[in-house]
Amino acid sequence: MRQVLSVDSIHTFYGNIHALQGISLEVNEGEIVTLIGGNGAGKSTTLNTICGVVHAREGQVVFEGEDITTLPSHDIVLKGITQSPEGRRIFARLSVLENLTLGAYTRRDRAEFKRNLELVFELFPRLKERQTQFGGTLSGGEQQMLAIGRAMMAQPRLLLLDEPSMGLAPILVQEIFTIIDRLNREGTTILLVEQNAQIALSISDRGYVLQAGQIVLTGSGQELLTNPMVREAYLGEL
Amino acid sequence: MAVETQTAPRGLRRRRIRPYQVVQIVVAVSITAFLLYRLQYVLFVDDLYGLDTWTRFLISGLVIGAVYAVIAIGYTLVYGILFMINFAHGEVMMLGAFAAYFVFEALGAIPAGAETSFLNTYPIISIILAFIAGMSVSTGMGLLLERVAYRPLRGGPRLVALISAIGASLFLQNAAQLMFSPRRRAFANPDFLSRGAGFEVMISGRPVLITYTGTFVFVGSLLLLALLYFIIQRTRFGQAVRAIAEDQEAAALMGINVDRVIAQTFALSGAMAGAAGVMWGLHNGIVYHFIGFLPGLKAFTAAVLGGIGNIPGAMVGGLVLGVVEALGPAFLGLDFQLKDVIAFSILVLVLVFRPSGILGEVVAEEKV
Ligand SMILES: Nc1ncnc2c1ncn2[C@@H]1O[C@H](COP(=O)(O)OP(=O)(O)O)[C@@H](O)[C@H]1O
Ligand SMILES: [Mg+2]
Repeated sequence: MRQVLSVDSIHTFYGNIHALQGISLEVNEGEIVTLIGGNGAGKSTTLNTICGVVHAREGQVVFEGEDITTLPSHDIVLKGITQSPEGRRIFARLSVLENLTLGAYTRRDRAEFKRNLELVFELFPRLKERQTQFGGTLSGGEQQMLAIGRAMMAQPRLLLLDEPSMGLAPILVQEIFTIIDRLNREGTTILLVEQNAQIALSISDRGYVLQAGQIVLTGSGQELLTNPMVREAYLGEL
Repeated sequence: MAVETQTAPRGLRRRRIRPYQVVQIVVAVSITAFLLYRLQYVLFVDDLYGLDTWTRFLISGLVIGAVYAVIAIGYTLVYGILFMINFAHGEVMMLGAFAAYFVFEALGAIPAGAETSFLNTYPIISIILAFIAGMSVSTGMGLLLERVAYRPLRGGPRLVALISAIGASLFLQNAAQLMFSPRRRAFANPDFLSRGAGFEVMISGRPVLITYTGTFVFVGSLLLLALLYFIIQRTRFGQAVRAIAEDQEAAALMGINVDRVIAQTFALSGAMAGAAGVMWGLHNGIVYHFIGFLPGLKAFTAAVLGGIGNIPGAMVGGLVLGVVEALGPAFLGLDFQLKDVIAFSILVLVLVFRPSGILGEVVAEEKV
């Protein structure tokens, strides 16, 4: 299996806050890997360090054999990593279509753009119906679809998803995860962050458990689902 | 956002009117009453001015207002993306006017044929060259300001950038005074656009002059506004600008080089100011180091009036301000010197009663 991403003991700070304390993880081609952990464990910071929103003070992020630790985020998109960020961050006063067009900002080929747009619309038919609406007028579930669709428009070689189920009704969570699973089966490599550990691990090849900026446990999705500590801490069982 | 300390049961809660609101209401009612009084007075009592005079006022207001609109776009673009008021914008305009002035001077000195100069033999080319020079200088100045005066302060408190902008404004004004002397210079228009010439239309039996420069400036401004609107709404660059205005971090996640787009926005806003400077020179005919100051403040007022950050708002605000300023003194029965007072009273009133401006949404939208 070819390694796509390798994160090597990164330390990330916000001022004096030592948010990541030596995180190491890897993602192989075609995998879907999940990070779980409680609030403030450092999951979003990990994704943001990978895509250059914040930079690691120590350690290395290597993407497809290239050190991207210090690259600015717009260059990292160009390398092939996109993110659907926590809270979706839709451009509320831009139309759905404009949001998707911005997702393809780094890809200038028109034919390719059309193809990717068709793909996204096929994945999320509701976005097609609402393409002229302002992003801000969509429901939470639709906004999440837009955030994922937008990240797919750049045809990423690694897709980062930060809490796609946040604030959604259970039936929508199910729908979103079905699509994430499908994206992965159709060849997209995914690094997923979730609070909803049950559903995330059930579609994941592997997972990591984060606690206070450190990885405390790792294993296959099934192993983690049956691990007593995970069951107790993240699946709400006693 | 309203924070309530006590929650009385619904229905029982009395709406408390704060003293400040009382003042607001009293002021609003008095102003409205006064304006209505003046309206009936001007319409039915006083016949100091005929329809022809009002038309003259209106025309001069539309021309100046169109230039305000072009300048106001620059404020609004930069505010929309950085939430910062570029107070040196008027000076950027002044430098553009100077560049065009020197181009006209130079071309006017080049002989062409026996009696005439390059300027008058090739007036269209000359005007194009003047715009190229004015817009290039102002574009460069916009870029330089962003690089030197604003970028290093980004991420700091917004007040710091504001102070830097005021400093840059004073610096440019004084630098221009040193370089070009405080002398007022007459803009040497090509003959076919000479100031004061124009065509006449008859209104209620009297001739009203529509100047060539005024027509040129008005049409030119509308074209620039349309072009800018197209750039912002329809191009990849414009989309990036709007995305950054909403959420810089998310824009960067789309692969947008935020620093570069911000610099390009300053360049665009500078180019607009440069074009406005050239038009200002052509129409008003005087350049010196101080000409950017008042139009700058007026255009800022126009941008606030239309809703700062809002591009159609700046266009509407500019035209409205120009017209109000031109009609205002006669309408209110005031001295014509007081038109600036009227303009800035509008600024204060807008900030007090409707900070979001005519077309703007509520500014407090979690952006601060
Ligand atoms: N922008 C920020 N400024 C300061 N501290 C932050 C910032 N973002 C996150 N943190 C801190 O970093 C730690 C990790 O946060 P985060 O990565 O958002 O956690 P998670 O996504 O797992 O909930 C937390 O202690 C949080 O308070
Ligand atoms: Mg998070």
